[in-house]
Amino acid sequence: MVGPMNGDWRRERLAFLSVITAPAAWIVLFFVIPLGVIWAYSFGRTLNLTEVAVTGTLDNYARVLDPVYLMIFAKSLVFAGVTTAICLLVGFPYALVMTFATPRGKIWLLLGIMLPFWTNLLVRTYALMAVMRTEGWINDAVGLVGLGPFEMLHTNFAVIVGLVYVHLPFIVLPLYSTLDRLDRSLLEASLDLGAGHIRTILQVVVPIARPGILSAVMLCFIPALGSYLTPDLLGGPDSQMIASVIERQFKRANDWPFGAALSFMLMYLTLAAMAVRALQDRRKGAIA
Amino acid sequence: MSRKPAKGPLEYARSWPLRLWVGAVLLFLYLPLASLILFSFNDSRRTIRWEGFTFDWYGRMMDDAALIDAFTNSLTIAAISTLFSVVLGAMTAIALWRFRFPAKSLFDGAVTLPIVVPEICMGVAMLVFFGQVMPWPRDLVWPLDLGAIIIAHITFSFPFVAVVVRARLTSFNREMEEAARDLGASELRALVDVLLPHIRPALVAGALLAFTLSLDDFVITFFTAGPNTVTFPVKIYSMVRFSVTPEVNAASTVLMAITVILTVIGMKLQGREIAQQGH
Repeated sequence: MVGPMNGDWRRERLAFLSVITAPAAWIVLFFVIPLGVIWAYSFGRTLNLTEVAVTGTLDNYARVLDPVYLMIFAKSLVFAGVTTAICLLVGFPYALVMTFATPRGKIWLLLGIMLPFWTNLLVRTYALMAVMRTEGWINDAVGLVGLGPFEMLHTNFAVIVGLVYVHLPFIVLPLYSTLDRLDRSLLEASLDLGAGHIRTILQVVVPIARPGILSAVMLCFIPALGSYLTPDLLGGPDSQMIASVIERQFKRANDWPFGAALSFMLMYLTLAAMAVRALQDRRKGAIA
Repeated sequence: MSRKPAKGPLEYARSWPLRLWVGAVLLFLYLPLASLILFSFNDSRRTIRWEGFTFDWYGRMMDDAALIDAFTNSLTIAAISTLFSVVLGAMTAIALWRFRFPAKSLFDGAVTLPIVVPEICMGVAMLVFFGQVMPWPRDLVWPLDLGAIIIAHITFSFPFVAVVVRARLTSFNREMEEAARDLGASELRALVDVLLPHIRPALVAGALLAFTLSLDDFVITFFTAGPNTVTFPVKIYSMVRFSVTPEVNAASTVLMAITVILTVIGMKLQGREIAQQGH
C-alpha cells in the first residue's frame, strides 16, 4: 500500500495525541512565536536600545522602498539570478552524465557533488578566499604567463563565484531526479530522426523536463537570495545583499523594527518563489 | 579484456566532451578544498608558499583552549540536538502520515517552513526571542548554557528528519500494523513494535542529517549565541575575520574530516536507494 493512511484522529485519540503534542508545541513555541515577534516588531518603533513599541506603523516598510534599500534588493535578485543561471549551465551537463551513468558511476557522481555540499559552508568559503587572494595561486598561475595580478577577492566577481560554488548541488540534484524520470525512447526517436544531440536536448529534453528544470532553478535561487556568509566574506563594500543589511540592523545599527521589516520582505520574496515552484510542480503532476 | 561494446546513442556518460565537463566541475569543487587541506600541513606562518611538511598547526590547535572549547560545544550541541530532532521528526512524520485531523495542512506548513525560511530570518527571530521573550539565563553551568543554541538547532533540524521519515513511511504495509492490533496490541504498542522497526533506516539517516546540519550551522548560531558560548564554526569565523593562519586550515580540515566520515557512513547506508530512486 502506498500513500498516507489517514485514520481519523478521534478514533485513536491516545496514539494521535502522543505523536502530535510534542512537535506541535515545539514548532509553535520556538518557531511560530519567534517569527511572530519579528513580524510584530516590523510594525513597531524603537524606544531605546532593547525596547520596541509595536505601534502598528508602516514606516519601516516605507523605508524599505527607499532607493538605497531597493537597490540592495535589486542587487540581491541579480546576484541570485546570475548565480542560478551559471549553476544551470554548469550543472545541466553534470546531471545529464549522472542520468546516463552506470549505477556505480551514479553513486560516485552523487558523492562527488554531495561531499562539498555537506562540507561546512564557512570552510568552503574560506577555501575560496585562500584561492582567490591577490597572493593566492590563481594569481600565481596567471602570473606565470605574464598576466595579473588581479584583485579578485572582495569583488562582486568573487561573490558570484562563491555563490555558484555553494549552490551547484542545489540545482544538480533536482535536475538529476527530473532527467532520470525522462522517457528515453523520446530521445532515441529524436536522434533516429536525424536531430543532433544539442538539438535533441534543446527541443526534446528541455521542453519535456521544463517543470522540473524550473523547480530546480527555484531550489537554487531561493537559498542564494538569502545568502549571508558568502557576500560577507568574499564581497567588497559594494556587494552587500539583503541578509548583510538585516544583520546590520540587528547587531550594529540596533534598529530592530526596520531589520524586522527587511526580514519579512525577504521572507515574502522567498515564499513567492516557493509558490512559483509549487505551481510548477502541480503542472508537472498534471503532465505526468 | 574483450572489445568495448559499441557506444549507444544515449550514452552521454561516455561522451568525451561531457566527461571533460564533469571533470572540470569536480576540479572546481575540489581544488580549493584540496589546497586548504594541503596548506594545513605547510611549515610556514604565511599560507602562501609551500615550505615543507609539518603537523605543527594541528599541535598548536590542540593547545588552543578556546578552539577546543568551541569544538566540544559544537559536538555537544549536535549530539543533544540530534537526539531531540530524531524523536520530534519521527513524531511529526507519523502524525502527518497516519492521521486525519483538523488544521492538518496548517501543521504541515508550519513544520515545513523552517526548511525554506532564509537562515538570516530565523537567526534574527531567535536573537529577539532569546533576548526579549524568553531570556536564556546567562551564567548556567555547562552544558545548560548552550540551551538556546540547542533549541534553535532542534527547530531547524527536526523538519528535515520528518521529511526523511515520511519518505520511508510510504513503503509501510499497513496490514502489518492491523495484524498486530488483531493480535491484541494496543495502538501505541503496535506503533512502537511494528512501525518503528520499519522506519529505523530513516531514523539513522535522519540522525546523521541532523548531526551534520547542527555541526555545520553558522548563521543561526551566530545570532543565537551569547558572547560566552562559542561554537566551532563561530570560532572559525572570527579566526577568518581577524587572522588567516594555517591554524584555521587545520581546524577546517578537522571539521571537514568529521563531516566527510559522517556523510560516507550515511551514503553507505542509503546510497543504493538514493541512486535508484533519484532523490
